[in-house]
Amino acid sequence: MEVSWALLANAVIAGLLLGGFYAAMSVGISISFGMLDVVNIAHPAFIILGSYIAYIVNDRFGLDPIVVSVVVSPLFFVLGAVLYRVYYYCFERRGQESLRGLAFFFGILFITEVALVLIFGVDYRMVSSRYGDVTWRLGEVGFPMRLVVPFLVAMVMVIGLQLFLTRTFFGRAVLAVAQDQLALRLMGVNPVRVKELAFAISIATAGIAGAFLIVIQPVQPAIGREFIGLVFAVCVLGGMGSILGTLLGAFVLGLAESFTSTFFGPSWAPAVSFGLLLATLAFRPSGILGR
Amino acid sequence: MSNRIFALVALAVALALAAVTQLIPNEYFFSAAYTVLLFVILATAWNILGGYTGYVNFGSAAFFAIGAYTTVFFYNAFKAPLAVGIVAGTLVAGLAGLGLGYLTLRLRGVFFAIASLALAVVLYIFIVNWDYVGGARGAYVLQPKEIPFGLPRYIHLIYAVQLVMAAFALVVARAIEHSTLGRGLAAIRDDELAAECSGVPTLRLKIFSTMVSCALMGMAGTTFPYYLSYIEPSSAFSLSYTVNSIAMPLIGGMMSWMGPLIGAVLLGTVQQVVQVTVSSAWNLLIVGVLLVLFVTLAPNGIMGWVDAWRRRRGR
Repeated sequence: MEVSWALLANAVIAGLLLGGFYAAMSVGISISFGMLDVVNIAHPAFIILGSYIAYIVNDRFGLDPIVVSVVVSPLFFVLGAVLYRVYYYCFERRGQESLRGLAFFFGILFITEVALVLIFGVDYRMVSSRYGDVTWRLGEVGFPMRLVVPFLVAMVMVIGLQLFLTRTFFGRAVLAVAQDQLALRLMGVNPVRVKELAFAISIATAGIAGAFLIVIQPVQPAIGREFIGLVFAVCVLGGMGSILGTLLGAFVLGLAESFTSTFFGPSWAPAVSFGLLLATLAFRPSGILGR
Repeated sequence: MSNRIFALVALAVALALAAVTQLIPNEYFFSAAYTVLLFVILATAWNILGGYTGYVNFGSAAFFAIGAYTTVFFYNAFKAPLAVGIVAGTLVAGLAGLGLGYLTLRLRGVFFAIASLALAVVLYIFIVNWDYVGGARGAYVLQPKEIPFGLPRYIHLIYAVQLVMAAFALVVARAIEHSTLGRGLAAIRDDELAAECSGVPTLRLKIFSTMVSCALMGMAGTTFPYYLSYIEPSSAFSLSYTVNSIAMPLIGGMMSWMGPLIGAVLLGTVQQVVQVTVSSAWNLLIVGVLLVLFVTLAPNGIMGWVDAWRRRRGR
């Protein structure tokens, strides 16, 4: 097959833009799973919930979905804090997180999905925004704005989180929890409190990523589970608990998916993330930037 | 009770049930009972890895579908009868479990859980794109014209087969539970590091129990194409198999073979009733809510209550 440069360039650009969006979806998992050791497989459920909130407000009042998601992110923050409390008291404190904690999050994922189906049905929903149908062109390469805007906001969010975690006192406390909880306890810090706030942040990022999702593609309740593999693939691929690794993993995955759908057809694209995940787990479980 | 006697009793009970219920005039009974029995097998199978060993498998639907699609493959290729499908589906699912276990069971338990979820999606996309077994359109599997044992309809036969397979799954689960192997698995569940240090071959035991568990899940799926004589990917890979096979052991109790049986019969029957009287979406919501409630409030399930009650009475 003759590969045309325009096709290749378009695939690269689309992959990078997609990668930025994947980073936004996965950065929360990178915090909860990578740093706090809370295996929150319900993360995609909160992404979808964010999509639907953006959809409702956009549908009723015509506000921009991404602005809406940033405004309602405190709600997700509170939701995350409550969820972590329940998780801590029921599972983590009793040392039952591995089996029952996982089943708990799986139940949450399932309930959210079914509840959304009951309320909104299984139709695909979409939002309208001013940049939704605009595409910038640079020669033969297209920059669709519905990918560029989420990409830019996602970059601000991810880099902001990285700065927050490495430069502020509280952020360093989160990294300390990731490294050694016992040492933190010995210094008189309550790791549960730190984890609660960090987990709340991770759920808040899921809400915002949900708005990106519905700007990029139509959403229906059941697509959440397709992203479970994706977010964990990005997190594991980049290296557990490293925000920069997550960013790198997201770009790798975005490019891989974009090339697959350009050269093999879009119906194979979702298999890429899971295939990469399985391959990473089998051959290099510590990831690209793993410690 | 020794394993052999238990096996004979289980088989006798299954056959007796199959014979007696043939008198029930209502056709719907057989289709509902088939579904409940399917869940008995899935829950029992899941519990061999989940309950005895402490590893969460989110791929029940994938292994179920492997069993189902192996039957379709052999049907399309050789017009093979159901019996061939059952054996082949069980073996293929077991091999898939072996492969998954071999690749991911060396890592921490959560990686196995995530990989099993990933496997379900990869296989789903693979089947959707594979036209030989019907692809996204689905495939028809015709029920044979002549039905053995003089049964009136094919669903009666499938129901009886499913009863025997459920008995088989329970016998296997009980045999594992009461063997040295089962004690090794329990040691892994309670403290894997200590088990490894005491000379338990943890990796081998884990891989073995994954293989048996996945093979039984595959077995549950082998009759599925014949049940409706039509199969398509999204019903074969339905998340409801996964969530049910986790919820049922958790609700029944994960420590013995009775827990999944109780959980599956209870929850399966409730679902059949709700599905008919309300709707199937509500019935899934109920399963999800029950799962979360039991796992947070009654972590040992119904068998946990029974044990507590026994202990109080014994004192």
